[in-house]
Amino acid sequence: MNAIGWPSWRRLNQEGIVFAIAILLFAAAALGLPGFLTADNLVAIVRSVSVLGILALGMAVVIIGRGIDLSAVAIMAMSVAWYLQLLNTGTSDGLAFAYVLAGVLAIGLLNGFLVAYADVPAIFVTLATGSFVFGYVRSQLITQDAVPVPGGHWVELLGGLRFLDIPVEVFVFAGLAFLFFLFLRYTKWGRYIYFAGDNPVAARNIGVPVRPMLVLRYVLSAFVALIAGLLTAASLHSINTRIVNSTLLYDIVLVAVIGGIGLSGGRGGVRNVLVGAALIGILLNAMTIIDIPLLYQNLIKAAILLGAIIVDGIINPRDEQTAQQGDI
Amino acid sequence: MTFRERLQAWRYNLVPDHLVGEILTKRWTDNAIPFLALMATLGVFGSIIPGFFKLTSLQESTRQLGEFSLVVIGMTVVMLGGGIDLSVGSIFALSCFSAVYVFFILEQSIWLALAAALCTGLVFGAINGYLVGYLRLRAFLTTLVTFIFGRALFDILVTTYAADVQLSQASSDVLDFIGDGTFWGLSVSVWLAIILAIVTHVALTRSRPGWHVLAVGGSRRSAHNAGLRVRRTVFMTYVFSGFCASIGGFLIACRLSGAGPGTGLNLEIMALTAAVVGGVSLGGGRGSVVKGLMGAIIVLTMTNGLIRLGYGTGTNQMVLGIMLAVAVTVDIRWLKNRHKVLNEVYVAPVYLKMGETQSAAPGSATPYELDNRLSGADHIGLGELEGPEDVILDRDDHLYCGTRHGEIVRFFAPDYKRSEVFAHIGGFPLGLAFDKAGNLISCVGAMGLYSVSPERDVKRLSAETARSWTSIVDDARLRDPNDCDIAPDGRIYFTDSTKRYDAHDWALDSIENRATGRLLVYDPKDGSTNTLLDGYRYTNGVCMAHDGKSLFFAESWACRVHRYWLEGPKAGTAECVIRDMPGYPDNINRASDGNYWMAWLGMRTPSFDLSLRHPDMRKRMTRRLPQDEWLFPNINTGGVVKFNEKGGIVETLGDLSGNAHPMVTSMREHKGYLFVGGILNNRIGRYKIAGADPNWTSPASYWGGKP
Repeated sequence: MNAIGWPSWRRLNQEGIVFAIAILLFAAAALGLPGFLTADNLVAIVRSVSVLGILALGMAVVIIGRGIDLSAVAIMAMSVAWYLQLLNTGTSDGLAFAYVLAGVLAIGLLNGFLVAYADVPAIFVTLATGSFVFGYVRSQLITQDAVPVPGGHWVELLGGLRFLDIPVEVFVFAGLAFLFFLFLRYTKWGRYIYFAGDNPVAARNIGVPVRPMLVLRYVLSAFVALIAGLLTAASLHSINTRIVNSTLLYDIVLVAVIGGIGLSGGRGGVRNVLVGAALIGILLNAMTIIDIPLLYQNLIKAAILLGAIIVDGIINPRDEQTAQQGDI
Repeated sequence: MTFRERLQAWRYNLVPDHLVGEILTKRWTDNAIPFLALMATLGVFGSIIPGFFKLTSLQESTRQLGEFSLVVIGMTVVMLGGGIDLSVGSIFALSCFSAVYVFFILEQSIWLALAAALCTGLVFGAINGYLVGYLRLRAFLTTLVTFIFGRALFDILVTTYAADVQLSQASSDVLDFIGDGTFWGLSVSVWLAIILAIVTHVALTRSRPGWHVLAVGGSRRSAHNAGLRVRRTVFMTYVFSGFCASIGGFLIACRLSGAGPGTGLNLEIMALTAAVVGGVSLGGGRGSVVKGLMGAIIVLTMTNGLIRLGYGTGTNQMVLGIMLAVAVTVDIRWLKNRHKVLNEVYVAPVYLKMGETQSAAPGSATPYELDNRLSGADHIGLGELEGPEDVILDRDDHLYCGTRHGEIVRFFAPDYKRSEVFAHIGGFPLGLAFDKAGNLISCVGAMGLYSVSPERDVKRLSAETARSWTSIVDDARLRDPNDCDIAPDGRIYFTDSTKRYDAHDWALDSIENRATGRLLVYDPKDGSTNTLLDGYRYTNGVCMAHDGKSLFFAESWACRVHRYWLEGPKAGTAECVIRDMPGYPDNINRASDGNYWMAWLGMRTPSFDLSLRHPDMRKRMTRRLPQDEWLFPNINTGGVVKFNEKGGIVETLGDLSGNAHPMVTSMREHKGYLFVGGILNNRIGRYKIAGADPNWTSPASYWGGKP
């Protein structure tokens, strides 16, 4: 295999490297930071990365199919904000949820349609729809930045739900991760995503329904964002729409990319998301314990993401002869 | 004429459908959409916001527009080079902070503050450029990350130094002037934006580095293979973008005398939207500074207008999102489908009812009756030639013809077995004629009128005439020069068959049937070209009458021959001498008995004649059917017709076998023989004319005996 200069898996496995770094970091934090290796803190770590991880699962599916979804955070926050606003203004729960589901479905379909059938680059489509979703919901549908969960509602109850002292979102994350694993690994549609991500033209030529599958991925990502939003609202008892303008979106990309899901598509899986989420969870937790201000945390995360992209660029180089025109 | 036909005639002959296609061929249609959007935006907001166009209000918004335009110019250049720069907002903010820090906290001069701002922008731009240009990272994600990085850095710096800036006592007249003053009614930022826009425009359109940027954006691979320094060019575009953003940052530092957490917020999506709305293409190569500026005005008017109309938080982002999505989609779809749309709408057939004709069928006993005489012609150059549209013989009996390969071939007398390439023209030589000095004059398809001297020097005589005032597509250029002949005074009369199609698309012109053929004259004395007649359906062959006082020219798709008077009471006018022939006329030449030879390139068919009365059907046909299933003139049968001075038909020669000369585009009589050529044929025929003068030659007929 190496005779013809192929990269050796053993040598250049990003997932392995990141996993090793995560373990080293974990060990270092366990030894160096007081209060890190307590049950409460470990649960807190897992809990803090649960929402991030769920969003990263949706993002991973899109990235594996050679796309990106920059509207995920906007959908997550704004759909739930609208839902809670509807509840607070007296709409019945079923009707409100139906509205929100329809809205989320519409945005997912719009993203998918513009990418698949209008051939617009995913990055611009989702940037635009993300901006639109935030702007539309914020200016037309809700009245203030933060919308509280109405008392006694199931979303509030969800936040308090625990099994074995572990919050419910951890189970949701685990369950979703398992479902995505099954979907990506064992279903026909899951395999199609890899084919389309690796080589869309070839996939189309062998008869894979590339365009409908593209739409499916964006719809999937939108629904995953809704679930993540509900969990966020459950644990915080409200949803703050300012989260859209925070760096959460880049954390999601960071989790996916750092876990080893190549941005050029066709590679990676659920395990990469778990590894990426573990590293970022430990990192964030450690930084919080060390008491690094949030602004500096952003700086550090941006630096790490930049490093990850550079490494990704070196491992998956593009050259002048094979690069696609307009592939930015 | 039935009512339905009359309606069709009005609909298709009076409505200028063809203009739509001609407008779409223009590059400026790319600018039209953003320009209309700009006008609409200004109109709408100008009318619903009171005082929108007032000077004070304009001055405040133009100040902002100047800063924003600077950023957009940088973004435009990056996008033209095939990249994208999302970090402009961060660069803008950091440069603003640098200027503020140097001026207010270090209390240095304003010029040092400017230098600090520029330095920040250049360094930040260089980092982007290095990552994207040299490391070949994805522009979008990379600049997104550097944007977060820059933003985080800016937030830290602003929170740290905000109080110090507030307490600073530093002030400067220069700063106040840059921030508040005006120069000839315009603020400094607007002046800077104008200057930078002009410089950038000139650089992009007229300098080597600018062309390199466009080349890299247009096709990175081709630019790389052509030896351009692609990576350095990409690097420089990001540095330039950083430079532009930093000037903008410096200006806002002067205007606000400080930096706040809101500085440069959402600037990247605004600048991106502006560039795309203006029509700068994603993926590079197409766009201009002017387009970027149009987009900047649209976006800023929209966002500011909405704020002034009192819409709440988030409206801006909603509007930006919609604008970006629509603009990007339109841009992508337009680029992809423009040529398809053009193909769909370009062919705009007109209505024509052809007159009843006499039959040309063998045995019909009409003067047009075709026989089988041409099938017995000897062949010259069989299999060596491709497309001898016209043939001509010189005083030494050598035979010349043009070929599809862009050459004029000479066959040597007396047996015409040997040949040589007489001259290489480069285009398809069609009509041929010898002038008095023995120069071979040729109409070259899609190129113009050329002259080849006996020493084989090729010279272009004419490639354009005066442009008509109502033309949309430049009709000065000769698109399909077809045949020429020379008057006794040396002036060259020639035809340009159509303004709508290039020479090889003659079949489309026959389907459209629009009358755009011209008769032109080239005057060798002063080298001028003038249009004599316009508005014929495919002008084709030209031939001087024997007395040199008039000329005949063929109008192919109308199956007519006209006579144009050069002298006498009717000078300068044309009259139709033969109408409603059963065949489509091509070249016309003199015959030895005082009559004229005329080639038929094909025969009319009842089906095509009928289709000419159904322009809607022909339009659908060109849109929906593949080209080889189109109905168009039958060119499988042609012939040679002899007519007299009055336009009466003398006789008709044909080839019923279809083997030797199915389609005839020219014939030339020489010493008792008729030499026959065809544009789709692979030979020249030589046919012995019974009873013809064995000494008559064409050069002698035109220019007298051997000198």
